[in-house]
Amino acid sequence: MNIYVLVKRTFDTEEKIVVSGGKIQEDGAEFIINPYDEYAIEEAITVRDAHGGEVTVITIGNDEAEKQLRTALAMGADKAVLINTEDDVEEMDQFTSAYILAEYLKDKEADLILAGNVAIDGGSGQVGPRVADLLGINYVTTITSLSIDGEKVSIVRDIEGDAEELETSLPLLVTAQQGLNEPRYPSLPGIMKAKKKPLEELELDDLDIEEDDVEAKTETIEIYLPPKKAAGRILEGDLSNQVTELVGLLRNEAKVI
Amino acid sequence: MAKKVLVLGETREGALRNVSFEAIAAAKKISGGGEVVGVLIGDAVEEFGAELVAYGADRVVTVEHPHLKSYTSDGYGQAFMAVVEQEKPEGLVFGHTAVGKDLAPKIASKLQAGLISDVTDIEGEGDDAVFIRPIFSGKAFEKVKLKDGIDFITVRANNIAPLERQERSGDVSSLSVDITNLRTIIKNVVRKSTEGVDLSEAKVIVAGGRGVKSTEGFEPLQELANLLGGAVGASRGACDADYCDYSLQIGQTGKVVTPDLYIAAGISGAIQHMAGMSNSKVIVAINKDPEANIFKVADYGIVGDLFDVIPMLTEEFKKVM
Repeated sequence: MNIYVLVKRTFDTEEKIVVSGGKIQEDGAEFIINPYDEYAIEEAITVRDAHGGEVTVITIGNDEAEKQLRTALAMGADKAVLINTEDDVEEMDQFTSAYILAEYLKDKEADLILAGNVAIDGGSGQVGPRVADLLGINYVTTITSLSIDGEKVSIVRDIEGDAEELETSLPLLVTAQQGLNEPRYPSLPGIMKAKKKPLEELELDDLDIEEDDVEAKTETIEIYLPPKKAAGRILEGDLSNQVTELVGLLRNEAKVI
Repeated sequence: MAKKVLVLGETREGALRNVSFEAIAAAKKISGGGEVVGVLIGDAVEEFGAELVAYGADRVVTVEHPHLKSYTSDGYGQAFMAVVEQEKPEGLVFGHTAVGKDLAPKIASKLQAGLISDVTDIEGEGDDAVFIRPIFSGKAFEKVKLKDGIDFITVRANNIAPLERQERSGDVSSLSVDITNLRTIIKNVVRKSTEGVDLSEAKVIVAGGRGVKSTEGFEPLQELANLLGGAVGASRGACDADYCDYSLQIGQTGKVVTPDLYIAAGISGAIQHMAGMSNSKVIVAINKDPEANIFKVADYGIVGDLFDVIPMLTEEFKKVM
């Protein structure tokens, strides 16, 4: 089976966000594979181990993203592709990313494409469905279970806390929700092997993409931090008095009840 | 320029969702005095048309078909694109719901359009509209606008105030669309969400962390949530420890919520959790550890054992409500 995984390099979830000069400061920050993409990688490896085939992980970014691709290879992916846009694209949005990925994937005859359901930085969740639409294949988002039997695919997906059971067929793009699996940690032999696995680097030229084709449709005009909250009140005194006071405050001061 | 804006109305358990009314309010702003057209898709949805009008839609277009009983991106995609072709809108607003998140990127792709997801506020109107959305799960915000072409956004529940309900009249017309070639077949939906109140739309959330200690430990939290008409949530710690289902998880991985009242019980306040709830209007923290991080974002804090405090809170609310 020909399996592709779309991954994104993101800030570690434990990082504080610092804005200076209207941009998010990246200096010194820890980067990780977007956590939802880790579920996608794990699932891809599991599917390959059960059905045979090859797992290719793809990302768009700059040289720094090689580290996350190597991690995916160490987990067990077979090949990696870095589409390096650093010199070509100033402003990207979801349209840009989806276009580039679809141009790469259009002649690859992928049976299954996996991605995270959302990236924890931009948080739009658009790229997966957009790529599927551009490729003309079906997609299912926020999946928590996947089983494949020949062409037939049975899926459970999370819809706002409820579980929807459905059937569809390959080729297919799915986006991973938490609960799909437990992503493995790369083993030491895995890390050693990953160093020798193929990592292809492409630029837009290699995909016959003109810069104008991928011009972002949206424009970010400002990035800012939420206003700092004033320190709250820790209530004092006898516990039952605190509880009475709290209910009073919620009703009369905060007026939320 | 006054614009024509389409709003996708969504129903849940036999009623329109609040987020659809909020989407109409957003559409009004984008329209800059133009027309707001509600769109309803399903197997029997015409009866909800009047309610969309009452909340501000100027008229409503329905697409009804037996194949639209359950949401599929193919079915709804065909139905919505048929409405787009008929109406030629200059703006589109969906709720940032399971359906909206799944469908909007497909429609945007078909229209080769930009899409601004998960909008929490709008500045300006009409052509000057600028959209505010959280990034890094609310650790920061960005102001975004569409460069050109159609204005397409999804709005997060509970953030944009709906317009006041009024007795108004507006045309509800149906559009006949042949829905074919569905590649997904929905077999079954297993209800797992708590007591019918959806976490992302709840006005009150009572959330538990590792301090809840067990599945049974969530029972007093559920009792308080039920009394306040709210929902129960959880931290990653509680989910990882298997005290509850991952669907309840709030945080940078998990759901991002902005209720009026967030009660955090036995939650220490890891950065990844706080990203998911710190934009709630009022936060109450209950924790045994006075040094817990959660107190830094709390409006009100009680240092104590949640198993003492939560039942007392429930009793106290019962007295005054």
